[in-house]
Amino acid sequence: MAEHGHTSTLLYGLVKPKNNVSKIWWVFGFLSIITIIEVALGIYKPKSLHLSSLESSIHWSIDWFLNLITFGGTSPLNWIFIVLTLIKAYGITWAFMHMDGEKKWFRRSIVWTTIFLICYLALILLIEGSYLHDVMGPYVKWDY
Amino acid sequence: MEATVATKEHHSWADDKNEKKPFEASYGKMMMWFFIMSDALTFSGFIIAYGAMRFKFIETWPIADEVFTHIPFSHGTYPMIYVAFMTFVLIFSSVTMVLAVDAGHQMKKNKVAWYMFATIIGGAIFVGSQAWEWKTFIQGSYGAVQMNDGKIIQFVDGTGHQVTLESFTTSHETVREQHSRKNGLWFVKESSLPVFTMDEVVEGFKKHPELSIRTEKIDLATKTKEILSREASLAHLAEGKAVVKGANLEVNEYGKTLFADFFFFITGFHGFHVFSGIIFNIIIFFNVIIGTYEKRKSYEMVEKVGLYWHFVDLVWVFVFTFFYLV
Repeated sequence: MAEHGHTSTLLYGLVKPKNNVSKIWWVFGFLSIITIIEVALGIYKPKSLHLSSLESSIHWSIDWFLNLITFGGTSPLNWIFIVLTLIKAYGITWAFMHMDGEKKWFRRSIVWTTIFLICYLALILLIEGSYLHDVMGPYVKWDY
Repeated sequence: MEATVATKEHHSWADDKNEKKPFEASYGKMMMWFFIMSDALTFSGFIIAYGAMRFKFIETWPIADEVFTHIPFSHGTYPMIYVAFMTFVLIFSSVTMVLAVDAGHQMKKNKVAWYMFATIIGGAIFVGSQAWEWKTFIQGSYGAVQMNDGKIIQFVDGTGHQVTLESFTTSHETVREQHSRKNGLWFVKESSLPVFTMDEVVEGFKKHPELSIRTEKIDLATKTKEILSREASLAHLAEGKAVVKGANLEVNEYGKTLFADFFFFITGFHGFHVFSGIIFNIIIFFNVIIGTYEKRKSYEMVEKVGLYWHFVDLVWVFVFTFFYLV
């Protein structure tokens, strides 16, 4: 338990809290701000971050940029949500669960394994999901 | 060799401190980490399955912030607010938990006990909030009609806002009695009947020319549900099969039944984790109070149960994003 006795830094030395308790409150503030940003974006849902508004405002964008943004199959707003969530997950795991104090390869055995398997499963199933949409969508009746 | 050969009959907590350990992590803590890893994969399996079904029905999936708009003691629509509150409660209980762990490192028994107590209270508030969220979802808000092919149609006024069935339908008291075990076949029962019959809804809709129908279909340009013309609305209503109020595992007034199924399953499974976390916290809390860890000269057990508690918070962060935000 490396965190005994001394206080570890946050964000690779960018933030150096006085002691463990102030480090905890610092992380709490950080997680709160991210959550508030997420909730605000979730309520107001800026139209400019929707997928379709990007496609319609094509006059200012160039093709490669559009491809880059729409590559993930979802809107920039959703990518912002996902990235913010991953930052929160990092904060909880490293600071609250003391992953920063564990041995490097123990940490990697947990984190890398989990991330690899989740990415693999997500890739397979989301591709499958959109394939099902492409194949079955045209057979859904909408005129009565 | 010392690490692998048992040299003593009895293994004490003092030995646990002196032994050489792989990765300098104690056995219990390491196993808690590997359990968390497997549990994380279980949860991601559920959330990814949700994602797959959402991609499959990308044009008709319910819009979450039109579904969860309620807060207690108020009748307005406040999307996101209540879930945001729940998220903060859980993050804050994570903070008190990590403060308990920190106080444990300093061997401050009273502080550990108080912080554990605060964590338990936070967890209880969260589970209570989730129960309320379930109750609201099950009861429903506006009511809708299910068509013969299973699609859900909802009612909107001229401004595009949803209206309740009660606001335009009058009941004729012709509803047949609910079939229960007492009054019918003893081995068959049915769920409670809707307040209105299909005929009453159609009649009420025809009397109110300002009303029209909203389908499940999402207009991707505006991220809103499609609203039909009056003629198309009547044609859709003619295909109506049943009046729906609220959501359950078989039908969901907000749209796809799968949405309700995933909601109950994922938040239910998470809520069960929170519940068991509270139980573990209570056990450890009493151990702290009776001085178990004081005698053991180590509060590591608080740390292990803390890992589990933070994991529950971690999962909620993802559930929050993929169920309510994305």
